[in-house]
Amino acid sequence: MTVATEARVEDKLFQNRYLVDAGKPHIKVRAHETPSAALVALTAVCPAKCYEMNDRGQVEITPDGCMECGTCRILCEASGDIEWDYPRGGYGVLYKFG
Amino acid sequence: MIEERFDAIVIGAGMAGNAAAYTMASRGLKVLQLERGEYPGSKNVQGAIMYASMLEKIIPDFREDAPLERHLVEQRFWVMDDRSHTGMHYRSDDFNEDKPNRYTIVRAQFDKWFSRKCREVGVTLLCETTVTELIRNDAGKVLGVKTDRRGGAVFADVVVLAEGVNGLLGPRAGLRASPKPETVALAVKEMHFLPAETIESRFAIKGDEGVVIEMVGTFSKGMTGLGFLYTNKESISVGLGCLVSDFAETRESPYAMLEAFKAHPSIAPLLAGSECKEYAAHLIPEGGFKEIPQLYGDGWVVVGDAAHFNNAVHREGSNLAMTSGRLAGEAIHRIKAARDPLTKDTLKLYKQLLDESFLMKDLKKYKDLPGLLHTNSKNFFLSYPQLMSQAAQSYLRVDGTPKIDKEKKTLRSFIDKRSRLGLISDAVKLAMAWR
Repeated sequence: MTVATEARVEDKLFQNRYLVDAGKPHIKVRAHETPSAALVALTAVCPAKCYEMNDRGQVEITPDGCMECGTCRILCEASGDIEWDYPRGGYGVLYKFG
Repeated sequence: MIEERFDAIVIGAGMAGNAAAYTMASRGLKVLQLERGEYPGSKNVQGAIMYASMLEKIIPDFREDAPLERHLVEQRFWVMDDRSHTGMHYRSDDFNEDKPNRYTIVRAQFDKWFSRKCREVGVTLLCETTVTELIRNDAGKVLGVKTDRRGGAVFADVVVLAEGVNGLLGPRAGLRASPKPETVALAVKEMHFLPAETIESRFAIKGDEGVVIEMVGTFSKGMTGLGFLYTNKESISVGLGCLVSDFAETRESPYAMLEAFKAHPSIAPLLAGSECKEYAAHLIPEGGFKEIPQLYGDGWVVVGDAAHFNNAVHREGSNLAMTSGRLAGEAIHRIKAARDPLTKDTLKLYKQLLDESFLMKDLKKYKDLPGLLHTNSKNFFLSYPQLMSQAAQSYLRVDGTPKIDKEKKTLRSFIDKRSRLGLISDAVKLAMAWR
């Protein structure tokens, strides 16, 4: 079930146009041993599934498919779990329809 | 970057930013508009329904060349359980008028058009430019902005923050707080393409007529949420949104919910055979009147989603954005015309104009509703939809059970689920919040 859902979100994101700023991720997860509950929630709640739990139980981010909605910022910026900036001008998601 | 000085800098080229920039430039002010996307609209997401009268106040003849999809002749409201919907539909030929009241639009296309109009009246637009910081003096007055372009400082008498619901500049400068998880919804949406004739036959419409469906029900899994399906000319926008705090608590996946929503037996036939060309996610301000921040200060105003202007009950966001942008622009122009400085003291005119408009009056009317729907979300979004489906089915099935028994059973099921007092309390609270 989980595998099928993951495949589907990748297919969804594949429709979108992005200009990825290689090597300059606009979101960073603070290094941690054990993730906070909010950070763990992001692995499910992020609509682009940018957040994933690695095999050491830590939450990692790959923001290439990020739609810049800000959900993770609203949940995890104040606690310092993540740092969130806009991509550089012109980079990131580029909606054709919006 | 740019050596010259401007009357106003507008940050963002969405509905609010464009309305503000157009209003000021068309009155002769020198306006710089900064947009971080590749083109205006490339970062913007909306359902989208556009209300004509708010745009008419800015560009009266917009119908001549604005990219409008369909004018709406029918509104459907559905309460859904997993296999059914109970609907209320309103359709009227009165909506087929010379100057229709509501249109569906595709934001990236609409925003490009609106931005072109801004440039026609003299706005200087710089895209692919992210504003990184507000420049302020020791007293806190905003003097200009820093951008991610080389030598990227620009100065102006006033900065209009039209940076959207996820705006970073205002919160980082301490001008307002970022939205709280319980006051913003995360919405996900897909654009499904179909030939115009297919859309017209599926929805029994002709020409540019369009239909809107808005839904509540079990698809939001007890979270405070809304689904929507809008007909565009050759596409259907379909999506759903729920409060971010509810998502965090339930850990439901938005895209899996959208997949299930599209597969619902009442929705799947409307989308059958379509091609999905985009998947989008965006936040929507849902806190209403109580979450409106400080709206002005020395050298700055905040407009649109950044100011939390959204009527969650009537699904009005972009028209409040346009209206707040226009009123900010008018206030700034009037202050400039009187040769007064743009300070906290003079810019309170913007707030006065807002208070006199429908915008603040509407938001004030529903000030208690967001809180009520949130605290009672499991009743309003899970139990009642299930009960309504059971009641409708019981009423419609003819199986030899006496009608009086059926009615008793239906009433019993509502009371069992929610208790007599609970039902009355929900009804009273809803009525009070609506009043």
